[in-house]
Amino acid sequence: MKWMKNLKTYVPPSFVVERDDYRCIRCKACVEQCSFDATFYDEDEDRVWNWDANCVGCDRCAAICPTEAITVRRADPTYRYNHNWNGHIDSIKKRAIFGGTPVVSMGNDRPYPIYWDHMLLNASQVTNPSIDPLREPMELKTFLGRKPDSLDISDDALKTKLAPQLELEIPIMFAAMSYGALSYNVIEALGRAAKEMGTYYNSGEGGLNKDHYKFKGNIIVQVASGRFGVHKDYLDVGSAIEIKIGQGAKPGIGGHLPGEKVSETISETRMMPQGSDALSPAPHHDVYSIEDLRQLIYALKEATEYKKPVAVKIACVHNVAAISSGIARAGADIIVLDGFKGGTGASPQVIRDNIGLPLEVSLAVVDERLRQEGIRQYVSIVASGGIRNSMDVVKAIALGADAVYIGTAALIAIGCTMCQQCHTGKCAWGISTQDPHLSKRVNPDISSKRLINLLEVWALEIKETMGAMGINSIESLRGNRLNLRGVGLNEKELEILGILPAGE
Amino acid sequence: MYEIDAKGVYYRDLNERVRKAIREHHKDIVLHNVCGQYYIGCGLNDRDVKLTINGVPGNDLGAFMNGPTIIVNDDAQDGIGNTMNGGKIVVYGNAGDVVAYSMRGGKIFIEKDVGYRACIHMKAYKEMNPTVVIGGCSGAFMGEYMAGGTLILLGLTKRDDKPLTGIYLATGMHGGKIFIRGSVDERMLWSEAVIVSPTKEEMKKVKSEVKEFCNLFKIDYNKVMDEEFVKVAPKSTRPYGHLYIPGP
Repeated sequence: MKWMKNLKTYVPPSFVVERDDYRCIRCKACVEQCSFDATFYDEDEDRVWNWDANCVGCDRCAAICPTEAITVRRADPTYRYNHNWNGHIDSIKKRAIFGGTPVVSMGNDRPYPIYWDHMLLNASQVTNPSIDPLREPMELKTFLGRKPDSLDISDDALKTKLAPQLELEIPIMFAAMSYGALSYNVIEALGRAAKEMGTYYNSGEGGLNKDHYKFKGNIIVQVASGRFGVHKDYLDVGSAIEIKIGQGAKPGIGGHLPGEKVSETISETRMMPQGSDALSPAPHHDVYSIEDLRQLIYALKEATEYKKPVAVKIACVHNVAAISSGIARAGADIIVLDGFKGGTGASPQVIRDNIGLPLEVSLAVVDERLRQEGIRQYVSIVASGGIRNSMDVVKAIALGADAVYIGTAALIAIGCTMCQQCHTGKCAWGISTQDPHLSKRVNPDISSKRLINLLEVWALEIKETMGAMGINSIESLRGNRLNLRGVGLNEKELEILGILPAGE
Repeated sequence: MYEIDAKGVYYRDLNERVRKAIREHHKDIVLHNVCGQYYIGCGLNDRDVKLTINGVPGNDLGAFMNGPTIIVNDDAQDGIGNTMNGGKIVVYGNAGDVVAYSMRGGKIFIEKDVGYRACIHMKAYKEMNPTVVIGGCSGAFMGEYMAGGTLILLGLTKRDDKPLTGIYLATGMHGGKIFIRGSVDERMLWSEAVIVSPTKEEMKKVKSEVKEFCNLFKIDYNKVMDEEFVKVAPKSTRPYGHLYIPGP
């Protein structure tokens, strides 16, 4: 029998699929939709069965079932309760049985503190008026790039030569997610939404499919250690170039797109042989120091004739402030800080769950350090990694960010249920897969509309919050920590975040 | 011929002058008195342009380049041919570290020795197939992460007391071919590559590249080909696949 258990490799299922046989009309839609082999139809018995061990809890079957016969729920832990060993038993078993280290995806899912939820925003009452964004102008426009130390305005004209800037209608961009990690239609949707909303999407490190060159003007191209798909045309199509040093979900290690995901089109876009592993080395081998980073930044500026801002993306790690200072001095125009809750298409679990720093803390210390050194104007700061809602955006900007990247939130907008199976390439929602049968489940028309809706709603929410604070331009919120108060934080945490406790 | 005196010229101005010369349709550009200026030829696209450099160019020579030919009549520094996509670089001397990092197309010929990490993560795709010929010896980590392309090491400068390549040769190699004239000490290899004999077909390619090399540097072809070649090949296109399992 196909679903016979194998005692040697048995680990208890994480989910249980409950099926109401009375409601089930044997349409087999769930069988067809499940890409994880967790559902199958037995012709002899005319019944649909589930193989719970394979279920990843993506909820695709429940969503598709026309008679609502299916409920997927988390399985209760089967072992005797043990606070100390909870979760580690299966983890040890898997390593012992399969002889490999588990690879996971999306962001860190451990219960670390979420500082966003310990910060409250201010509002105007009596002493200064709040502003109604529905009836009064409210400015979200943001420019990313190096700002001059001073402006020379004479004869009614600006004489200072400005460094190249990225112009954003809203301070939210789509984070680097590569074609390879994501399906073609998802990239298409991100590109269309970025164009419509006057913002940018990031190509990620996997190069750019020729079809997506049409989004020129709304693309940030990424250069990572593997240099996949990096060539003259690619650099030219980007409005900015982002050097990826690190990623919040996997600081200090390289990328690894497994050979089975390197299909013909991926091989074409990445410009590497089909079927071989796409290995991104852990470091850029031409960058072993800040001086070397400067060399790479200027190599990219030379290659694009100083017409584009160059961003450097780093994972938030212990010395993030000092590193950022170095990056600013190395000539970067934008620093992207990727917090430890940032997502990934694949990362070893131990790395994702144990390395890095919270974005909130990193933002605060980097902004403070650059201000103290008098070089904050050298760079714009983009906050990335675990931005879940519009208020995270507002708080990030108040802590010192110029703009934010959203990745996971954008995927959720187009259907992701965060089952964390991106690394398998089997995404049942058609998002993180290269299987043409699965990827056609994402309709770029509907998905781009949903992304536009999300950004428009967030923009409205940001404006309403700003209005409540009596602020009519996002510029006035930037680094404005007086509008933040901490709750449930200790004195040291408040000091590092640079905010006052509630009541003070 | 369009000549530029690079003496004391800041790299940014020098490269702008080169770009300007190309915009004015000069095809044969000669730079005199070059002394460490960075990024010469960086990002240039024009296939019929020839840049001759008299002096020692600085780091990242020909980075992201896609077309021109660069002749260096002296030694070169680090990072030449970085992420190069097409064109040709010929160095009449030695080159520094990270030669041809992530190179994807075109050719590089180096008369003498190279430093550490030569040709790492070189890759190939369809008609794109980069070739690097090094006349001398190399430092450690040569061909690390190599995913495609051809690297030929001739060892013409080899001294008896020194090895031909450094240690960690071809670590993480998962594609491409390395041909080495003479023999390689197996201890230099890490676990992802093996030493085998090249096939007749492969030797044809080696011979044609060596011929071009010998013509460029006026070296006796027959003498070079007198010695046997060995090939360093990857064991697998997926060297690390077995280390990872799908997580929860």
